[in-house]
Amino acid sequence: MSGWRVIVAAILLWLRGDRRNPQPPEPVDPRERRVPFNARAQLLVAALLALAGLAGFAFATLYLISPAHETQWLGLALGVAFALLAAALIVAGKAIVPQEVAVEERSQLVHEQAEQEVPQLIAEGAEGVTRRGLLASGAAVAGLGVGAALVAPAASLGPNVSRRIDDTPWRRGVRVVDERGRPLRADDVEQGTFVTGFPEGASLRDLAAPIVIVRLPPSTIHLPDGRDPADWAPEGLLAYSKICTHAGCAIGLYRYPSFRATQQRPALVCPCHYSTFDPARGADVIFGPAGRPLPQLPLMIDPSTRELRANGGYSASIGPSWLNVDRGGA
Amino acid sequence: MSAARPARRDGAPPPGRDTVRWIDERAGASPALKKALRYVFPEHWSFMLGEIALYAFVILVGTGTFLALFFESSTADTTYHGSYAPLAGERMSLAYASTLRLSQDVPGGLLLRQTHHWAALVFVAAIVAHLLRVFFTAAFRKPRDVTWTIGVTLLMLAVLEGFAGYSMPDDLLSGMGLAIAYGVAMSLPVIGGNAAFLIWGGEYPGTHDFTTRLLTLHVFVLPALIALLIAFHLAGVIRTHHTQFPGPGRTQRNVVGAPLWPSYALRTLGLLSATAAALFLLGGLVQINPIWQWGPYEPYLSTNGAQPDWFLGWLIGGLRLMPPLEIHFFGLTWVPNPFWGGAWFPLAVFATLYAIPWLDRRLTRDRARHELLDRPRDNPQRTALGMAFFSWVALVFFAGSADRVLIRFGIPYESQIWFARGAIFVVPVIAYALTLRICRELQRSDAHPLRGWSGRRIVRTRAGGFAVVEPDAAIRPRRPTGR
Repeated sequence: MSGWRVIVAAILLWLRGDRRNPQPPEPVDPRERRVPFNARAQLLVAALLALAGLAGFAFATLYLISPAHETQWLGLALGVAFALLAAALIVAGKAIVPQEVAVEERSQLVHEQAEQEVPQLIAEGAEGVTRRGLLASGAAVAGLGVGAALVAPAASLGPNVSRRIDDTPWRRGVRVVDERGRPLRADDVEQGTFVTGFPEGASLRDLAAPIVIVRLPPSTIHLPDGRDPADWAPEGLLAYSKICTHAGCAIGLYRYPSFRATQQRPALVCPCHYSTFDPARGADVIFGPAGRPLPQLPLMIDPSTRELRANGGYSASIGPSWLNVDRGGA
Repeated sequence: MSAARPARRDGAPPPGRDTVRWIDERAGASPALKKALRYVFPEHWSFMLGEIALYAFVILVGTGTFLALFFESSTADTTYHGSYAPLAGERMSLAYASTLRLSQDVPGGLLLRQTHHWAALVFVAAIVAHLLRVFFTAAFRKPRDVTWTIGVTLLMLAVLEGFAGYSMPDDLLSGMGLAIAYGVAMSLPVIGGNAAFLIWGGEYPGTHDFTTRLLTLHVFVLPALIALLIAFHLAGVIRTHHTQFPGPGRTQRNVVGAPLWPSYALRTLGLLSATAAALFLLGGLVQINPIWQWGPYEPYLSTNGAQPDWFLGWLIGGLRLMPPLEIHFFGLTWVPNPFWGGAWFPLAVFATLYAIPWLDRRLTRDRARHELLDRPRDNPQRTALGMAFFSWVALVFFAGSADRVLIRFGIPYESQIWFARGAIFVVPVIAYALTLRICRELQRSDAHPLRGWSGRRIVRTRAGGFAVVEPDAAIRPRRPTGR
């Protein structure tokens, strides 16, 4: 016999194990009633109840009088009060009151007589009705119409998605500022750091507003076709939407190698689900669940002030994907 | 006064009869009261898990009512001037500021807020433990299949309610959670964009209406639904009574145990007090969700190692494990990626849970009414399939903590996720085979691994060989000896 057959047979045998029939229960009457007459337990319960009361008073006093309102002391007092109460109740339940094992018969669930009568009663309600089909169609129309009327107000909960979602405050020439509204200059972004920028004058809460800006050696940058580095990455400065294209979290992490020979390439990482994007290659997804790259924002550097400005709009829709999302050719 | 049973003088009415008469004259309730006092509870520690969930809910309602008296549900801007110095002068939403005030300046506010949060965690944990107990003892079978369905719905509502509550203070963590929820809503095939816009009132982070909706959902709609379903769930329990484990005198027709009055009533009130004690001690002594350390939320902010409440961990894990698959053709994105981990996965889990009574009926071809429980070993196939399913969910859950493992132990997240992506296919198979084997072995030996040692011993002989020593049934210890 070949080796694998032995192994398969062994696994099958091992899986099958043995079966043994359970023994039939013996007819026993389990009923019993025992009255403990336990004087010590009664003393203990009385003491526990009194202590629980004391702890409760301590909580109330602490709450009303103490100026500091120490959360720890309050929690301790209330917790101990309930713990003592619990101990008193459980000791009382187990050692003071009669201990009884009772037997209750389960109620009958099936009532054969009534089961026959109920459908009959319902059918009798339709006695004398001749045009059932017509009435049923009428009821169906009424149900659908009234149902639609009741559901329709839900439409006022929000606007239609396609009209608004792709508006962004970024236009060619808009200045890039930080979260306090101060303009960002090209030299504020060094290699190995990452900077969050916003369009000047826009709300910080707008999902389309925040961008991450990083600087990479121009020789390492390989943008997708149609993105000329002169227009999209001046001096190696790259800007991407800061909102992850997976589930909309902010891209809060920048993985930058401290020793290039052994460590991985620079990457923008979303801390929520670890979508990882390669900023040198148009924020291509190199790990994690995101289904498309981060949209890129083309940058330009003001020749006189060195301030950063947008050189146009995003390369694709920002934020999580949906039916009509613009994937920017990706 | 002696400690003897209460003396009753002949002819005198028993104390309290006037009260019962008063009720009877108005409600005719004395037969029902009599029946209630003699209502029998079978005794097993695992039957307490559902009660703990119930009592945690009681505490949630109590503490939550207190919190609602102080919380302002608004994202309107304000400048903080409270007593927490590190945030003085910061701009933040009213929701965040009022939660800060509640935590730092309202007497007892932090105790009740933390107790509320702990109670939410315990509520869901107790429901899950209760669900596992009911599954592995097959208590979900007819006539309790509908009660099971209500219970699964309660679990779903409890998770939603917990998420809504955790999203309200508008701190950094709650904002990150909501951003993900928005991403998942957007990812619903075809309807996603409009569904998300209807929920948020527009593009994320939404209009002011959204915070009002969250509040209405968390303090009114969901608690009312949960309370209603708890009532139905308990009505189902009372109508059919508890199940019971097989034992002397226990049959399919009866229920053997302690009557409600007096012993069981005292003990279950003791359990209520013990739950309250544990939650207030946790609320007072163990810090939870210190939102002043997270800071206010803005959509452009996020942090690494942020963990949501434990009962959302499986969704984070599901979202993380999914490879970057997005179905798009004809210029339309039909299935965006978050759908898989954030919608398909939980829907599949809940659909399986709902289907369990029907699946079990199909697989066992057993349609009878069951009042006696199975022990997990009694039906090895059910137990093994259950272990495979729950170990699959548990693995995804643990993958949700990849960020903590990265921060704590420095294990790269890529390796962890690749490992988990493989393990979710392998581990359920191993869990299935191992459970099947253990169940069959326990069936064969009729041993109680938790009650005493009953295995064989391998002894080294003087000659250097090994011998198997069969345990002698007569001298086998019933309880573990103090070795």
